[in-house]
Amino acid sequence: MSTRAAPLLEASDSSYKLRKAKDRLIRGLCVAFTLLALVPLFSVLYYLTARGIGGVNLAFFTELPRPVGETGGGMANSIVGSAQLVGLACLFGIPPGLLAGIYLAESGKGGLAKVIRFTADVLAGVPSITVGVFVYSLLVLTLGRFSMLAGAVALAVLMVPTVTRTTEELMRLVPEQLREAGLGLGLPRWRVTLKITLRTALPGIATGIMLAVARVAGETAPLLFTAFSNRFWNDGIDQPVSSLPVQIYTYAVSPFEDWHQQAWAAAFVLVVFILILNITARLLVRHRVKGR
Amino acid sequence: MNLEPAEPVVTAPTPKVKAPSAPGGAEEPSAPEVKLSAEDLRARFGTTQVLKGISMPIEARTVTAVIGPSGCGKSTFVRCLNRMHEVAPGAVVEGRVLLDGQDIYGAQVDPVLVRRHIGMVFQKPNPFPTLSIQDNVLAGLRLNGTRVPNPAEVVERRLRQVALWDEVKDGLDRSGTSLSGGQQQRLCIARSLALEPEVLLMDEPCSALDPIATARVEELIHELRADYTIVIVTHNMQQAARVADTTAFFYMGELVEYDQTDVIFTRPKQRKTEDYITGRFG
Ligand SMILES: Nc1ncnc2c1ncn2[C@@H]1O[C@H](COP(=O)(O)OP(=O)(O)OP(=O)(O)O)[C@@H](O)[C@H]1O
Ligand SMILES: [Mg+2]
Repeated sequence: MSTRAAPLLEASDSSYKLRKAKDRLIRGLCVAFTLLALVPLFSVLYYLTARGIGGVNLAFFTELPRPVGETGGGMANSIVGSAQLVGLACLFGIPPGLLAGIYLAESGKGGLAKVIRFTADVLAGVPSITVGVFVYSLLVLTLGRFSMLAGAVALAVLMVPTVTRTTEELMRLVPEQLREAGLGLGLPRWRVTLKITLRTALPGIATGIMLAVARVAGETAPLLFTAFSNRFWNDGIDQPVSSLPVQIYTYAVSPFEDWHQQAWAAAFVLVVFILILNITARLLVRHRVKGR
Repeated sequence: MNLEPAEPVVTAPTPKVKAPSAPGGAEEPSAPEVKLSAEDLRARFGTTQVLKGISMPIEARTVTAVIGPSGCGKSTFVRCLNRMHEVAPGAVVEGRVLLDGQDIYGAQVDPVLVRRHIGMVFQKPNPFPTLSIQDNVLAGLRLNGTRVPNPAEVVERRLRQVALWDEVKDGLDRSGTSLSGGQQQRLCIARSLALEPEVLLMDEPCSALDPIATARVEELIHELRADYTIVIVTHNMQQAARVADTTAFFYMGELVEYDQTDVIFTRPKQRKTEDYITGRFG
């Protein structure tokens, strides 16, 4: 018997080798293309660091830009301006996006839900400059000036569809059994949604929101004609405000070597900010999940 | 017993169908007290009729086993008993289920309150992955907004009840899903018990458990019988014979036979029942 059994386990040599070879080939291709995809990412990071880090000094973070001709100065107003714009955009954009996502995932079945879903998808694909034009006519023309408010609204409009669809998709991933577990314990639907479904989906949603934030933090086009730019500190939500992307754009297309250096530095700082934002969000969420 | 919302009820109270127990719980061996009673209960998913008119009174403080071939509607039946069936999309329930004489499908009844009185252990273990083991046990209380004065005590008591304490006492703050399938199921039983429901519905609670844990759960069912009314779905005939006072045999959405467990297993009146319990079944 045992002499018979052995050959069963020995696959015919050639087919086994062929399978192994295929496996190695596909695996190799996956690794190769992953590396290929990482090349641009890392070259951007490398290039930004190499060119930008030289221009990062204390003055960059604390001083206002100098007029043309004078060297030195910094981008303090743009850094603060970007933070304000993104902060306000989160304030305007996350709540509606989150609530719409929850609605779509938990009770969105009829025609209204289809309309919302479709609109969100279309809106997600609208070029950001279009959103800028829309907010320009909505707020800038009616208020009579460029303003931080208009810039933040433009960024918020860009965030809403991403937040909505991420929230919906991640809430849908939560198994139905968990909702039933909650309902079976005599929890009202809203508590199940908040404390179980949303809670379970939260790490993913937080990551999705971070991606949306990171995306709008780097937006330039919609800010050009909403928040515009400001050489000085912004003094009010109804006043134009300077932001890092717009400042990078302005400096990069200028003919001055000194400004180019500042643009590189600003780009570097922007990327580092976004990186920090991402990492903190992930750490915070991971911390809460493991529970101590 | 009040299943209606605590808020002022506008309409007149629903007339209570008198349960055959004297007020004050007289102890004479009179007619047994019916805790839960299905009356012409029909359930469907969309157009698929799954339960075809089940009428079945369940006595207080007894264990009732529900047996029958896969797909005959056992899960659907117990889910109708605490208004969980209607949670599924397209699911419809008709007929009545009386809890202490009050129709849980009555117009004024809040399904959330029904489920607090009638607890449920599901066929698949479903602990909350974002909560620790101890928080899973407390979930029903805490998420309902109940303050738990001595959480550690509640956790230990419930986990001991389901024979899980010794296995998890050193890692109570691990995630509920870090446990094995059988441990998760016992955790889910503990979670239901923490709410102290009057009726406990268990849908194949032991299908993922080893013989030791199964024995412990059966022991638990024996203990609980003193205070609770239990309905247990099982594919395990020996288990039904061991734990249940009465047994109901379901077949294709109908209640074929419902009697004392020993009658069902030794001298069933229906041919189908006999075929099923003797394993002569196509
Ligand atoms: N979500 C659903 N949609 C449509 N039909 C369903 C759904 N769930 C169950 N059914 C049908 O209802 C019938 C009864 O299902 P149920 O889960 O109550 O069976 P069961 O007796 O518990 O079986 P098992 O022993 O396998 O758990 C089955 O025929 C099944 O096909
Ligand atoms: Mg079942």
